[in-house]
Amino acid sequence: MIGREPGLILEAAPFLRRELTTSKLMRDVLLGLAPVVLAAVWYFGVSAILVIAAATAGAMGTEWLFPPYGKRGHSLKDGSAALTGVLLGLTLPPGLPLWMAVVGGLVGMGLGKLVWGGLGHNLFNPALVGRAFLQAAFPTALTTWAPYGGIGQFFQVRGATLAAPFMHMDVDAVSSATPLALMKFSGESTPFQNLLFGSTGGSLGETSALILIFAGLWLGLRRTYDWRIPVAILASTAAFAGILYLVSPSAYPPPHFMILSGGLLLGAVFMATDPVTSPLSPRGAWIFGAGIGFLVVLIRVFGGFPEGVMYSILLMNAATPLIDKAVQPRVFGRPRREKS
Amino acid sequence: MAKDSSQAYAEFAKGLWKENPVFVQVLGMCPMLAVTNSAINALAMGGATMFVLLGSSLLISLLRNVIPKQVRISTYIIVIATFVTLADFTLKAFAPALHKELGAFISLIVVNCLILGRQEAFASRNTVGMALADAMGMSAGFLFALFCLGSAREIVGNGSFFGFPLFGPNYEPWVIMVLPPGGFIMLGLILLLFGAIKQARAKRPSETARKAA
Repeated sequence: MIGREPGLILEAAPFLRRELTTSKLMRDVLLGLAPVVLAAVWYFGVSAILVIAAATAGAMGTEWLFPPYGKRGHSLKDGSAALTGVLLGLTLPPGLPLWMAVVGGLVGMGLGKLVWGGLGHNLFNPALVGRAFLQAAFPTALTTWAPYGGIGQFFQVRGATLAAPFMHMDVDAVSSATPLALMKFSGESTPFQNLLFGSTGGSLGETSALILIFAGLWLGLRRTYDWRIPVAILASTAAFAGILYLVSPSAYPPPHFMILSGGLLLGAVFMATDPVTSPLSPRGAWIFGAGIGFLVVLIRVFGGFPEGVMYSILLMNAATPLIDKAVQPRVFGRPRREKS
Repeated sequence: MAKDSSQAYAEFAKGLWKENPVFVQVLGMCPMLAVTNSAINALAMGGATMFVLLGSSLLISLLRNVIPKQVRISTYIIVIATFVTLADFTLKAFAPALHKELGAFISLIVVNCLILGRQEAFASRNTVGMALADAMGMSAGFLFALFCLGSAREIVGNGSFFGFPLFGPNYEPWVIMVLPPGGFIMLGLILLLFGAIKQARAKRPSETARKAA
C-alpha cells in the first residue's frame, strides 16, 4: 500500500503504529530477565543454570512436540515458550532435581497453554500452572531450599539437583529457610539489606529485590507491560499489610518486609503482567493488581502456607474474564449510561 | 437364535468401546474421580457398579410391562437402591477395610447416572437377554475405564500397582495424582489419549464415509 514516491503515502488505517510484535515483546521480557538470571547464578551457582535450563527445555520441548498450529517448531519462534520456561525455572528452589524442572515445564506448557489452544488462548499463566503442579505433586522437594552461597561456590551442585529421573535423592546438605517461612513459623525477621540484595534462601529468581525492582522499572519504562498491574499489586500489598501492622506491630510483619520477601516482586513484575492472562483495560488492571495484593496478604498472614503469590496470581487469572466484562470501557460515541 | 446371539453380542460390545460410558458418554464421573486413587479401589467400585447394573437391568427388564409410565423413574431408583444396599452390606461384611476406603461412594452408586440411564434408555424397552447383554457391556466398559484410571493414578502417584511397589524405594511419588486434582488431570489425559486413538482409527478406513458426510 505504500507509494513509491516519498511524498505520497497511501495507507489504510491505523496510521499510528508501534513496531511491536509478539517476538519483540518476548525478547524484551527475556532481556529484562537476564539480570535476574545472573543474580540467581551468582547466589546459587551451577545449580541455577541447570534448573533454569531444564525447565526451559521442558517447556520448549513440549511446544515442539505438540505444536498448537502450523508446522512443528514454528510456534517456538515467537519466544513465548522459552520465556515460560525461564520464568518457571526462576520460581523453583535451587536444589530441585532436574527431572522435576523438566516435568514442570512439560505440565505448564501442556496443561497451562497448549490444551487451551496455544499462545493467547490460555486462562492461566503457564509458568505458574507448572509450578503449582510441581508444588502439589512434590511438596517436599518444592519446599527444600538449598542455602545460597557467593560466587566462590559456583561449581558446588546444590541439593538433589542431579537426582536420577523419577527418583528422589537423600541429601545431607543443610537446607535453609526462606524469610517468609522464618517469619511465619519462628517469628524471625530477616535484615533489610539481605532482602534487598538477595542473600537469603528462596526460589532462584526471587531473592534479590533490588535487581527485580530495576528490571521492573526498565520494562515498565519501555512500556513492555501495563505498569498499573505491578504498581497496584505493590500498593495493595503495602496497604493491607500496613493496616495489619498498625493494628498490632508485634503480631504482623511490617509492609516493607511483605513486599521485599518471597516471590512478590518476581510475580508482580513478570508473572501477573502476562498480557494474555491479565485484564485489558486500565481499570481492570487496577482491580486485578489490588486483588492479587489482597490475596497475598491474606494467604501469607492467615493461610497455612508461608507464601501465596503463586495462588493469588492464579486466582486472579481465573477472575480476569469477569473483570474484563465488568469494566469494559465505554465505546467512543456511545452515551455514558445505556438507557434500558 | 443365531441372529439373537449376534445382536446380544453387539449390545455387549458397544459398551466396551463405541459407547463406552466413561470415554464416550462421560457418565458416572463422580465415582470415576472420587475413588480411583488405587487400582484395587477402582476394581471394587467397578465390581459393585457391575452388580447393581446387572441386577437392576434384569429386574426392570422383567417388570417393564408392569411399571406405570408416570412413576417409572422412582421405581427404577427403588430397584437400584435395593441392589446398592445389597452391595453395600456385602462389602461391609466381607471386605470391611475396602468398604471403609470407599466410604459413602458405595451408597452413592444409587445416583450414578450411568445406571439410571441404562434403565431408562435400554432395560425398560428390551427383552431380558438384551438388557443383560447391554448391562454387562456397559458395566464392563465402566470397570475398564475405572481400572485404567485407578492403575494409572496408583502407578504414578504411589509407585505401586495393587500395593506392590514397582520402582524401588527411591521412587518419588507424584502426590498430586492420588489427590482429587490428580483424578481430573489423569482423566483428562486418558480422554485425550482415547480421543487420539479414535481419531486415528476413524481416519484410516473411512475415506468414503468422510466424503459422504
